[in-house]
Amino acid sequence: MTISKLEFVTRSSGELMQETKVTAREVTLRYFAWVREKAGMGQERVTLPPHVETAADLIHWMQTRGPAFAAAFAEPGAIRVALDRVHVKPDTKIGTTREIAFFPPVTGG
Amino acid sequence: MSVRVQETDFDVSGEIAKLTAGDPGIGAVATFIGKVRGEAEGQPLASMTLEHYPGMTEAELEAIEAEARQRFQLAGSLIIHRVGTLLPTDNIVLVITAAAHRGDAFAACEFLMDYLKTRAPFWKKEAGSDGAGRWVDARDGDDTAAKRWHSK
Repeated sequence: MTISKLEFVTRSSGELMQETKVTAREVTLRYFAWVREKAGMGQERVTLPPHVETAADLIHWMQTRGPAFAAAFAEPGAIRVALDRVHVKPDTKIGTTREIAFFPPVTGG
Repeated sequence: MSVRVQETDFDVSGEIAKLTAGDPGIGAVATFIGKVRGEAEGQPLASMTLEHYPGMTEAELEAIEAEARQRFQLAGSLIIHRVGTLLPTDNIVLVITAAAHRGDAFAACEFLMDYLKTRAPFWKKEAGSDGAGRWVDARDGDDTAAKRWHSK
């Protein structure tokens, strides 16, 4: 969960209260190779729910986003994740990432 | 030291000449060229299409080059990887390494390819003569090849 800012609110009584504001995390999701084909799109903007904290959480959440994503993410072990264009492990925290990519193991060269 | 991702073919001798020009310290140049084979799993191959992740690809290739520079005594290196649709016998990838002696040039060239194959975000899709497409699976052998370098 990302806490974007702390706001000080002055109430009518003059009492100073500290209020924590949690804002939704809007990120760009990108899909490549067969993940892209199964998802039916190359990229989109989404708002992540608060319970999605790690790369593995993301994959499980993607499975719940309709039949196309359920098919694309049916085998979590076959999906690799990059956060802001860096390879990460399943337990890596998403934090303040802005771009998340999903793809199969790479096959260049 | 540079990396390039492009649709067009590359000129191997021209790239070697540019990489080594005016450097009398270079005594060894090693090159690797990856090419499209005319068959895949026993079936004739009509074409191969390479997709990549623009931005991340270049960043990964640069990171792999930086790692090679730390491990080996290199005077220069170049990685060119093609994307788009390629035909059998077409070139896919070029790696050139230049060093004072052949040991560093050979080892760095092999290291760059081993790391590229497991880290750089490229994906190959093969099309058979019937036009049906099939995404290439990653090979366990590529992971094993990259892991050899972990203990060195």
